[in-house]
Amino acid sequence: MNYPADRKYTKQHEWLKVVGQQAVVGITDHAQEELGDIVFVELPKVGAELSAGNTFGSVESVKAVSDLYAPASGTVTEVNEELATSPEKLNKDAHGSWMLKMKLKDPGEIGDLMSAAAYDQFVTEEAAH
Amino acid sequence: MCAVEVTAAAVRKTALNAVHRQMGAKMVDFNGWDMPVEYPASVGGGIINEHMVVRTGVGIFDVSHMGDIHLAGPQALAAVQHVSMNDASRLAIGQAQYSALLYPQGTFVDDVIVHRLGKDEYFLVINAGTREKDFNWVRDNTRQFDCAVDNLSDAFTQIAIQGPKAVDLLQKLTDAELAAVKFYWVTRGSVCGLENILIARTGYTAEDGFEIYIPADNEISARVWNEILSAGKEFGVVPCGLGSRNTLRLEGKLPLYGHEISDTINVWEAGLDRFCKMEKPEFVGREALDKAKSEGVQRTLIGLEMVDRGIARDGYKVMNDAGREVGYVTSGSPAPFLKKNIALAYLPPEFGEIGRTVKVEIRGQGVTAKVVPTPFYKRPKKV
Repeated sequence: MNYPADRKYTKQHEWLKVVGQQAVVGITDHAQEELGDIVFVELPKVGAELSAGNTFGSVESVKAVSDLYAPASGTVTEVNEELATSPEKLNKDAHGSWMLKMKLKDPGEIGDLMSAAAYDQFVTEEAAH
Repeated sequence: MCAVEVTAAAVRKTALNAVHRQMGAKMVDFNGWDMPVEYPASVGGGIINEHMVVRTGVGIFDVSHMGDIHLAGPQALAAVQHVSMNDASRLAIGQAQYSALLYPQGTFVDDVIVHRLGKDEYFLVINAGTREKDFNWVRDNTRQFDCAVDNLSDAFTQIAIQGPKAVDLLQKLTDAELAAVKFYWVTRGSVCGLENILIARTGYTAEDGFEIYIPADNEISARVWNEILSAGKEFGVVPCGLGSRNTLRLEGKLPLYGHEISDTINVWEAGLDRFCKMEKPEFVGREALDKAKSEGVQRTLIGLEMVDRGIARDGYKVMNDAGREVGYVTSGSPAPFLKKNIALAYLPPEFGEIGRTVKVEIRGQGVTAKVVPTPFYKRPKKV
């Protein structure tokens, strides 16, 4: 699987794309594949403070609820309202569907995240278990 | 010093396990069985798609994990009557009925479909998770009857073919005249070249459909499964897993053991009165049920539909509008055909008022739901 090189990845299968002082966040294609049909997405409100590693919402498939973990700390500036009525967009195009945009508190945190190649390897190793 | 290693019981597999894995199905451990939960989109799978195909066309399920108990002998009917709450004496040869095995307290050992295969021959199909428990229960509670009780659970691969087009699909593969088999009746015929196969017009999807019982041989099972998929291409057949099996049965308000029925829930609470024939003078659990009936129920099974955003799930608490806990969700999930989020819950009887609102606790928040009639879905009558 070729994960886009223009962004970073977390072990919880989220991606984060830096655009200046802002970041765009979503879930990976691997995440949507594992979840199956996504039927519900719960996202924070604009203005909410996110803390790296803490949960900020959830994504639900028919069978299960999955927490979403903040890849970095910051303040939510925009939320993709479309996902409230069309959560299946995440299945159709996970890498092209954004969940929220945030103003980063500490852009240095991004260094802890995985590159596309490292994430690809991580997913492959996970599958082997 | 050496560490003591405790190994868990090996996971059980049906004869079709390799086929499911080969098709790329997502597998899950269901009561100790390695079963497909859904198939990949490349074969038309995915819980939602599988569910919709069963409602509008035809889907097939491997349900071989279910168990089978065979009773035969001069007192087979008496034996069945003793352990089963429904009235098996009403069954003609070739007829089946939904029933349950009860404990003396009137609570559930399991739910069951009782088939009458012959003059003194009955076939009970039971749940996967309760195979051994049920067999031991039936055997131990029928010793006084002149009747052989055999566990045939491992003898069969059971394939369910479900949906409005199930009859058209199966007819291509059998010499049995399926139009003559009414719902909840059985017949025998050749299927995919196999002789004398039990074909039952039963299922767990709230649709028309059949369940066939073929030998549990890996090669035979794989051949038949693939032949059904081939023959079903023209009808858009799709393989279906436990995920859609659950959403389908939930829409139809069909109980699931461990959820709507269990060893701590009685027949009246579960609302299964019409399958419990109290006019039978004797059956295990009858006395307790008689007493319970006069005492009245403290809780009943009620259907809920989410009003505000959120999905009620198994085990979630239900509160009244004032926020006081009054019950819990037994089964809850999105309903793909109805396009609503639905749930069944045990609540005090006074809550059974259509339209009444309650709150379901979802991740610490009370989310509004309303009481709706059940079953949530009923298949359209064929004209």
